[in-house]
Amino acid sequence: MAEYKRPETPQEYQRNFPPKKPLMNTSEAYYESARCLYCYDAPCMTACPTHIDIPLFIKQINTGNVKGAAATIYDSNWLGNACGKVCPTEQLCEGSCVYTEQDMKPLQIGRLQNFATEAVMQAKTPLFKPGPDNGRRVAIVGAGPAGIACACELRVLGYSVEIFEAKALPTGLTVYGTAPYKITNEEALRENEYLQQQLGYTVHYNQPIQNAAQFAELEKQFDAVFLGLGLGATAQLNIPGEELPGVVGAVEFVEELRMKQHAFQVPERVVVIGGGNTAVDAASESARMGAQSVHLVYRRTKADMGAYDFEYATALAAGVQGVFEASPLRIEGENKASGVTFSRPDGSEFHLPADLVIKGTGQAKQGALLAHLPNISTDAKGRVVVDAAYQTSRPGYFAAGDMVNGGAEVVNAAYEGKLAAQGIHQWIQNKNA
Amino acid sequence: MSNIDLSINFAGIKAPNPFWLASAPPTNTGYQIMKAFEAGWGGAVWKTLGVPVQNVSSRYGSINYRDTRMAGLNNIELITDRPLADNLREIEEVKKYFPNHAVIASLMVESKKEWFQIVKDVENAGADGIELNFGCPHGMCERGMGSAVGQEPEVLNTIVQWVMEAATVPVITKLTPNISDITDPALAAVRGGTSALSLINTIKSIVGIDLDTYAPYPVVDGKGTNGGYCGPAVKPIALHMLKELAGHPEIRNTPISGIGGIETWRDVVEFILLGATSVQVCTAVMHYGFGIVREMEAGLRQFMSDKGYSTIYDFAGKAVPNVVEWKNLNLHYKVVASINADKCIGCQLCHIACDDGAHQAIALPTNGSRVPEIIDENCVGCNLCSLVCPVEECITMERRDDGSQTESWAERTMAGKVPEHFNDPRGGGVGHFVPEPSAALQYKRKDRSGRK
Repeated sequence: MAEYKRPETPQEYQRNFPPKKPLMNTSEAYYESARCLYCYDAPCMTACPTHIDIPLFIKQINTGNVKGAAATIYDSNWLGNACGKVCPTEQLCEGSCVYTEQDMKPLQIGRLQNFATEAVMQAKTPLFKPGPDNGRRVAIVGAGPAGIACACELRVLGYSVEIFEAKALPTGLTVYGTAPYKITNEEALRENEYLQQQLGYTVHYNQPIQNAAQFAELEKQFDAVFLGLGLGATAQLNIPGEELPGVVGAVEFVEELRMKQHAFQVPERVVVIGGGNTAVDAASESARMGAQSVHLVYRRTKADMGAYDFEYATALAAGVQGVFEASPLRIEGENKASGVTFSRPDGSEFHLPADLVIKGTGQAKQGALLAHLPNISTDAKGRVVVDAAYQTSRPGYFAAGDMVNGGAEVVNAAYEGKLAAQGIHQWIQNKNA
Repeated sequence: MSNIDLSINFAGIKAPNPFWLASAPPTNTGYQIMKAFEAGWGGAVWKTLGVPVQNVSSRYGSINYRDTRMAGLNNIELITDRPLADNLREIEEVKKYFPNHAVIASLMVESKKEWFQIVKDVENAGADGIELNFGCPHGMCERGMGSAVGQEPEVLNTIVQWVMEAATVPVITKLTPNISDITDPALAAVRGGTSALSLINTIKSIVGIDLDTYAPYPVVDGKGTNGGYCGPAVKPIALHMLKELAGHPEIRNTPISGIGGIETWRDVVEFILLGATSVQVCTAVMHYGFGIVREMEAGLRQFMSDKGYSTIYDFAGKAVPNVVEWKNLNLHYKVVASINADKCIGCQLCHIACDDGAHQAIALPTNGSRVPEIIDENCVGCNLCSLVCPVEECITMERRDDGSQTESWAERTMAGKVPEHFNDPRGGGVGHFVPEPSAALQYKRKDRSGRK
């Protein structure tokens, strides 16, 4: 018997994905914030990729300056609310909290961050103002975390900003690719709305920029172009049967789940291939969507898994079974997938029946797209190469986020996007000096 | 622990234990006092009787420190607002149920005639003792009573004499701390013949300002007034004043009831060590109820058992001789901080506290760890690092002198070895390392926004 009943209503869907970091009430925030030691040169700040002044914002919560706390957070990180929810805080700020050195509970930094940012978002408290119009225009391709952060920072610097987004919704993988218990669709979208209302950047939805002519047009109309397209579709396994119906990529699986929610039908038997965070997420979610059996099969050992330990533990708790040191040989099935055959290191083979096979084998790089843009160098791993100012090898083109770092957290994209905006500003200033 | 006897005879007032309720809101009614006696309190000082007052609505304000509620409490409530007859009837009833517990009537009236009358009334009701409220620093003092009396030793002395003339039960004179030298009113009381003293009453205070209405807490229709401050925050002031009396040759033979921020057994023991032979509690009860006495009693018994005492008189006043004037402290005594690296969690509060707030004797680690390093030769043994350290027993102060030498400032002065002019090298700061002022410029306020 599976751990979870298949959700049939929005309420049941919510119940199966209870928030991992629920919103604190005022009392909890007060008592939790009181625990902060206000460390000197605080390790949490160093661990945060955006270097939020965490002791300061926690002290501000404790002294009843919640608006100030939110301002401190957003001053460092334009996606302060999303990051409070989706960041692997166990690995970052909370993981470095000095309390852990004596086996005490770390501060719940992510939840405190949510508390402060939710307060200003719910009250629609204005915190930001666009800078005086400097007459310059920047095009941003991709409304993911990097693009939004870049847009916000550019608006503060006085640029007019237009974002071109291929999909129907903003925030990229925050809304399309995150486990639903970390952040809901509404929560993800609300932060962009909050920022956009105050800073006034434009987002053109369902407008993929995908060919040379479009890029040429952007170059004509804008002073600079920022690329924040993230990564592509799930990479190929290159094994027989991969093309069968019933075989999906993990990223595509999560996206469909997040868009359809309770209406998304996960079949009884699921096999997930891979050991990264997205694979583990997909396995976890399959179990929570009521699948009877979910196997997570990874070709190397448990210790080699790319996924965080706590993510794997979450999957196990949801009823996922881990299988290690097994490589997929072929996917069987007549008209649709019915199972996967794996090989062991000793050469033996075994078969797992499956109604759905999820490939958590990583996302492909944006090579095809970049082919339309000569002179944008990539490294051996297909990542776009940028300089310290996040400028690519093609002048006037800047890039950040997954397409540059190869696939990291929302918080990394948010930080890089912001720095890229400063790089753009410097470049435009120098050019016109 | 069976041979421990907590009972006391305080200036003739007997009680099963030294835990008394102070005259305050928890002793407003016979109901409260009987409930307290059932909970384990040994005595109670009835909320001050006099001509009943009219109180205002909104009466208390508090200091919340981080997550600690009521670290200090501010009160603008006045004396009893109930008719004297009701209070007298209830005193009588309480004494009927609890003949062996101490019921003390706190009194505050104006004229000699009123004092005579009310002393007789409460004695007739069965009160075991009387406490003179010369302490309230709010409201009543505006009418020439309370702390207005406590601040005028001559007036205080006169009233004590009136009361001693009328009273047949022991009389405790309660003092206000709102005075520069507490021994002045204490001496006036002793010379007036008081049987005992109690202190401290509350401290004149403004506990905070409402940032929207710009009125002090507690806000009464847009205005506020000074209140009386009490609770854990005032304990150090109370202990000091207690010691002033307990160490005074003309006062020390008068029993003293200690009051001021007492909440735990440790507080109780400290007050007794500085000479109190009963303690009075208010704020802790207003915060946690009468049941708070369980912890006080259990802790006091444990302390006495561990130390081998059978009554509180075995250790009362034992700390008094150790409180000396600064000039008599040993200048050769030397302690230096030591950090236990195994316990250190790397918060580096010791570093920044020492570097910014003390003597630049704790360096940041250079070995990649976060455990700061004590610079022995700079450490003056001030304790600050051990006080800010959040880990139990991580920073300890270790003695470095061998104990063979003692020399106090007083002795140095006698020997003529003290600095005499502004740049006298005999001052203590010579040879102590301090960084050059310009070394501070390497510390820039970091911009965490990531902006250039």
